[in-house]
Amino acid sequence: MPAGGGRPTPPQERVISPVLGLAVLDPAVLDPAVLAPLVAPSEPWINFDVGLLVDRFWANTINGLAYGSIYALVALGYTLVYGVLQLINFAHSEIFILGVFGVYLTFLALGFEPGAIPDLPLGFIIVDLILAGLVAMVVSGLAAVLLERTAYRPLRRRRAPRLAFLITAIGASFVLQQLIRIWRGSNPEGTIRLLPPTPVFEIFGAPVTNLQILIFVASLAMFVVADTFVNRTRLGRGIRAVAQDPDTATLMGVNRERVITITFLVGGLLAGVAGLFYLMTIPQGAVYNGGFLLGIKAFTAAVLGGIGNLRGALLGGLILGVAENYGQSLFGGDWRDVVAFVLLVVVLMFRPTGILGESLARSRA
Amino acid sequence: MSLLELDDVHVAYGRIQALRGITLRVEEGQIVALIGANGAGKTTTMRAISGILGLQSGSMRFDGQDLTAIRADLRVVRGISQVPEGRGIFPGMTVAENIDMGAFVRKDRRSAQFDADLARVYELFPRLAERRSQVGGTLSGGEQQMLAIGRALMARPRLLLLDEPSMGLAPQFIAQIFRVIEEINAEGTTVLLVEQNATQALGLAHEAYVLETGEVTRSGTGAELLADPTIQDAYLGVT
Repeated sequence: MPAGGGRPTPPQERVISPVLGLAVLDPAVLDPAVLAPLVAPSEPWINFDVGLLVDRFWANTINGLAYGSIYALVALGYTLVYGVLQLINFAHSEIFILGVFGVYLTFLALGFEPGAIPDLPLGFIIVDLILAGLVAMVVSGLAAVLLERTAYRPLRRRRAPRLAFLITAIGASFVLQQLIRIWRGSNPEGTIRLLPPTPVFEIFGAPVTNLQILIFVASLAMFVVADTFVNRTRLGRGIRAVAQDPDTATLMGVNRERVITITFLVGGLLAGVAGLFYLMTIPQGAVYNGGFLLGIKAFTAAVLGGIGNLRGALLGGLILGVAENYGQSLFGGDWRDVVAFVLLVVVLMFRPTGILGESLARSRA
Repeated sequence: MSLLELDDVHVAYGRIQALRGITLRVEEGQIVALIGANGAGKTTTMRAISGILGLQSGSMRFDGQDLTAIRADLRVVRGISQVPEGRGIFPGMTVAENIDMGAFVRKDRRSAQFDADLARVYELFPRLAERRSQVGGTLSGGEQQMLAIGRALMARPRLLLLDEPSMGLAPQFIAQIFRVIEEINAEGTTVLLVEQNATQALGLAHEAYVLETGEVTRSGTGAELLADPTIQDAYLGVT
C-alpha cells in the first residue's frame, strides 16, 4: 500500500510501449496527441481531446475490460475480508505482488531468461502459464493466511479496537513490501513474456488480443467460482453467516476462526491469479512496490461497486478499468489515476454505499 | 443428574460484574423459566451457556460434561441450540437459507429424518413455508421469531435456549409462540426460557428462577412463584 519512488507507471506505458507489440498495430499511437508528451515537454497540463476519446473508444473499452478484470480479482479479496471482519486489509496489495513474484520466479525456475522471447509450442506455454498461476495462487494464498495468523488474529484475541487492525494492516503492508525489497532489490525484474499478445479479431476496428480474451474470460470464470462458493456451498454459507451476524453464526455451529482463515485464503488465491494476468500484461511489473497502485485501484473498485459485495467488486473493477482508459484519452496520460479516484468520489457522493450498494452481509444469494 | 447444571457462575463485561454466582439446574424434559428485570443478567446467563461469553469463575455441566471445555461453536453439536435475544436472523439470507443454517452442523442432510425435521418446522410455522424465498431482513418481528425458533429446531437440540421470544410481538403471535414452546417440550426437548413476560413464562414453566442484579434471588415451581405475592408485586403487574 505505501508508495515508493522510482516505480514505473506500467498502465501508461502499456499503450505506447513497443514491448507490448500491441502498440505497433494501434493507429492511435501515431496520433500526435499521444506522441506529443514524449516529444514536446511544453504540452498543456491538461487536454480535452474528445476526438481521441471517440477514436479510441473501442480500443479503450476492450483494453479496460481486460485490465479491469485484474482489478476485479484483487478487489474480491478486499471485499471478502471486509465482509467478514469489517477490515480494510491494506496488506492485500502485497499479497498480490507476492503472487506476481511467484509467477516470475516460476518462469525463472522453468528456465526462461529475462528479455528473451521464448519460441515454444503453444501447448508448452500454456502448461508453463498454468504452472506459474498455480504457484502464484499457493504463494498468495499462504501469504494471506500467514498474514491473518500473525497480524490480525493476535489482535482479535485481545479484542483490540478497530483502529488497531487498520494500523496493523498498513504496517503489515510496509513490512511485506520492504521484505520483498531486501530480498529482490529495488529494481524491477527483467521482463519475461511467454505469450505475446496477438490480435485475434477486431471489434469496430479495435483489435482484440488473445491475452485480453484470456484474462477477461478466465477472470470471469474465477468470479463465478468464487460467487458460487460463497452462495452455494456449506462453507460459503458459513462465510455469509459470519459476515451477517458473527455471534449467531457461532450459535449455529460455524467456527468463526476457520471462516476467517478460509476467507483470507480465497482472497489470496484470487490475488495469485491476478498476479499471473498482471505480469502477462505488464511484463516489467515484478517490483517490490508494484502492488501499491494496483492495490489502491482494486480497493477503489471494491468501494465503487459496494464493498462487501462480490458482484460489486467485479462491476467496480470493470468500470474502473474502462473509465480510466477513457480518462487517459480525454485528459492525457497523467490524468489516468486522477480520473479513477475522482470517479470514486463522484459515485460515493451520489451512492455512498457504492453502485450495487449493499454489503456481503445484506446481499442476496 | 440434571441435564444442565450451573454452579456459582460469574461473568463480567470488563469491570462490570454481570453475573455474581448463579447456580441453577435444568432437568431433562422440563421447561425452566428465568425471569427478572432488564439488566438482571438473564441474557448474560444464556450467552454464557452457549459460549458466546466466557466465565470468570464457576462451572457449567451439560449432560454431566464440563461445558466450559467445549468451544462455543461445538456446543450446538452437543445438543444446545439457542434462539438469541433479538432473534439473530441473517438479514441477507432467505427464510429457507436461515432454516438451513440451523442445520449447519448436521451430517445427515440426505436422510429421511432431516426431511421430516424440515417438514415439521414448516408445519409448526406455516407462515414460514409461504415466505420460504423471502429475505430474512424483510420479515415482520413475529415471523422472524418463528424463523429463529424453527432454525434452532433444525439442530435437533436436547436443550433449547429461548431468549425473550415474546419481545416486541403482537399478542396473537405471543400466544402462538408459547403454544409452540409447549408443543416442542411435549415432544421431549428441554427448554430454558428467558422472559420479561413473567406471567406467561411462569404459567408454562415447571421450574423457575428469579434473577436480580446478577444473582438468583428466588426459585421454585412455576406455580409457586405465580402465587407468591412478592413476585406478583415485582414482576407480574398484579396489584
